Amino acid sequence: MTRTIWDSSVGKKTVMAVSGLIMLLYLIAHMIGNLKIFFGPAELNHYAHWLRTVGEPFMHYEWTLWLIRVVLVVAVVAHAVSAYQLSRRDIRARPAKYVNKKAGKSFATRTMRWGGIILGLFIVWHILDLTTGTVHPGGYEHLHPYQNIIDTFSTWYGNVIYIVAVVALGFHVRHGLWSAAQTLGAGKATRDRALKIIANGVAFLLTAGFVVVPVAVMTGVVS
Amino acid sequence: MKLTLRVWRQQNADAEGAMSTYEVDNISSDMSFLEMLDTLNEELIVKGDDPVAFDHDCREGICGACSLVINGDAHGPERTTTCQLHMRSFKDGDTIDVEPWRAAAFPVVKDLVVDRSSFDRIIQSGGYISAPTGAAPEAHAAPVPKPDADYAFEHAECIGCGACVAACPNGSAMLFTSAKVNHLGVLPQGAPERETRVLDMVAQMDEEGFGGCTLTGECATACPKGIPLPSISAMNKEWLRATRKVSR
Repeated sequence: MTRTIWDSSVGKKTVMAVSGLIMLLYLIAHMIGNLKIFFGPAELNHYAHWLRTVGEPFMHYEWTLWLIRVVLVVAVVAHAVSAYQLSRRDIRARPAKYVNKKAGKSFATRTMRWGGIILGLFIVWHILDLTTGTVHPGGYEHLHPYQNIIDTFSTWYGNVIYIVAVVALGFHVRHGLWSAAQTLGAGKATRDRALKIIANGVAFLLTAGFVVVPVAVMTGVVS
Repeated sequence: MKLTLRVWRQQNADAEGAMSTYEVDNISSDMSFLEMLDTLNEELIVKGDDPVAFDHDCREGICGACSLVINGDAHGPERTTTCQLHMRSFKDGDTIDVEPWRAAAFPVVKDLVVDRSSFDRIIQSGGYISAPTGAAPEAHAAPVPKPDADYAFEHAECIGCGACVAACPNGSAMLFTSAKVNHLGVLPQGAPERETRVLDMVAQMDEEGFGGCTLTGECATACPKGIPLPSISAMNKEWLRATRKVSR
């Protein structure tokens, strides 16, 4: 059955849809967690600590967090590999272009591939910046996300990279969530309008929820 | 009407093609697009030139033979087949681009004619029902609920012209395949092959080198018979269901 799914274009799209939905669920939780920055350093830093103690005493310190990280890495790899293979198939299937081209597709639809690449690069930068602290501007302090976030968003490039990535995320989710629903068989003539509204709504809320943090730091609401 | 046509000319499958420009005059707005091309061909033949090759058959919009991308739209600006497109949709002095369907699975045979036998092979892989031959069975022997009959009819409208593939940026045959899968899968007569049909047809579709669906919706916009986009989602659902059932 695994072979049937991976070898079929429809099956591979299912892998993309499921891995995408896993990442989307994580992002919603991540976005809500980020908003704790508006309740002060104590609450945000305590939240960061709590993330490592979830599931205790059954789970050891950081076990739950690592479990989530492993699931996410699997999801990212599955999403990227299936996207790459499906894109190659799609490009091969249309070798000759039309002389007279129509620009019918929406911006979100047209930018799925480049958007995905931007997001992939951003994830690497984001982890090096705020998880490992490797490229962090200023002194990175483990378990002190409040100050780390302020440091990052006090640099112009930190803001630019983050906001570009989050806007790319919004467009990616806008077309991706709608497509995932269709791939998993949820599409129906009577339901597609609602699905589009949900996809646009989730994309907008996610973008707004993430963007509000650098904006708050830039405007001095959070300092 | 006086028109400038830019038409894709290609001697054969292996030759390099290019757009050639032609002027046509005295075109009536009541002519169909194909009649306008007939006029051009008559002039070309009189001049001793090679006429433009294009597919056509019934010219009634029901056979699915005609296949032209006109100004970037499969079957042109109206939502119908090329044979049912009339010159009143264009203005005097217009320049019109005419190209063949573009997809790896639809190789150009000559000029505007493409080989669509990949569609035939998708049908052969599962687009049929196991029915006893002989006299027609009693109509009430297999009751079909009205909504199912309507759904089947909606999808049975597909004429297999390939406009969906031509319009799709990925050269995907998902809308075509889904029309066949949904048409037969919903009926009691199609039930015995419900699982194998969708699995085999999707596998054949992949085998032929069609692309995947990225939900741009171009196919359903181009379809002269109005096969709706959610049909693709319905086929995905059928495929997932069949994969679960068959592996059990």
